[in-house]
Amino acid sequence: MMTELSLNVLDVANNSIRAGADLIEIIVQIQRELDTLTITIADNGCGMTKEQLQKVEDPFFTTRTTRKIGLGVPFFKMAALSTGGTFRIVSTVGVGTTVIAQFKLSHIDRMPLGDMNSTIHTLITLNTQINFVYTYQFDCNQFTLNTREFREILNDVPLNSPEVSEYIKEFLEENQNETDGGYLV
Amino acid sequence: MKSLEELKAIREKMQGQIGIRSESSDQTRVIVGMATCGIASGARPVLTALSDAIQTKGLTNVSVTQTGCIGLCQYEPIVEVLEPGKDKVTYVKMTPEKALEVVEQHLIHGQAVKKYTISEILG
Repeated sequence: MMTELSLNVLDVANNSIRAGADLIEIIVQIQRELDTLTITIADNGCGMTKEQLQKVEDPFFTTRTTRKIGLGVPFFKMAALSTGGTFRIVSTVGVGTTVIAQFKLSHIDRMPLGDMNSTIHTLITLNTQINFVYTYQFDCNQFTLNTREFREILNDVPLNSPEVSEYIKEFLEENQNETDGGYLV
Repeated sequence: MKSLEELKAIREKMQGQIGIRSESSDQTRVIVGMATCGIASGARPVLTALSDAIQTKGLTNVSVTQTGCIGLCQYEPIVEVLEPGKDKVTYVKMTPEKALEVVEQHLIHGQAVKKYTISEILG
């Protein structure tokens, strides 16, 4: 069980990294009018076969060999379903995988979104070989962080160098604040 | 909205220094377990504390990376320190506070914090 949804995102995005993705798109949408919080994680990794896809929501299925239980996807699914939300995975071998979890925003059992910026910052600075596109939408406002744009400007300066890492942190915080006005999701 | 102009300024400032920062053989590696078990036990704040402290202390010879599950889920968050020419040190049940001690005593002063190592905790 994860104490905040941003930790589920970090965990599930690591599946995309293990699947050999070089582009991961993460979208967080808060729509108060519809009372929904929707989290999408889409990658261009190796994808899954129909058989794997059927098993991936089962805790006793994992591709890893260090232990026999894989709880990442089941945790995320449980977090969504326990709010009366929905959970869906679409995957095609050789194309990639998309995970979509929708939560009822006001449901008492919905875990807090938590520190999404920390999750995105961790993913970017620890996986500099991968490109990330992160979109945060709050009602009608939104912002996007696209590491490909950053890379174009930075040339050879690595995304995990101290100055750039600090910039990414500030970029996320300032833009999130402007987008949601500090609303606690 | 934070501007991309700032990023350009960073590039211009840093481009000259890149050669100096390149990987060398005396690089110390700090590895944090970031599988489901690690994340659920609190690995993300531990990792953030480590990266921030290493950055503010200017430890350019230390790099932080992540790994998956190493099969010791009950001891997560786990942090491994690999110094060239020395045995690997494995810290278990870490917290951001313990991580700062490790930065100060182990990474800066070269003394492993024995009380947090797996050999000490397993007895």
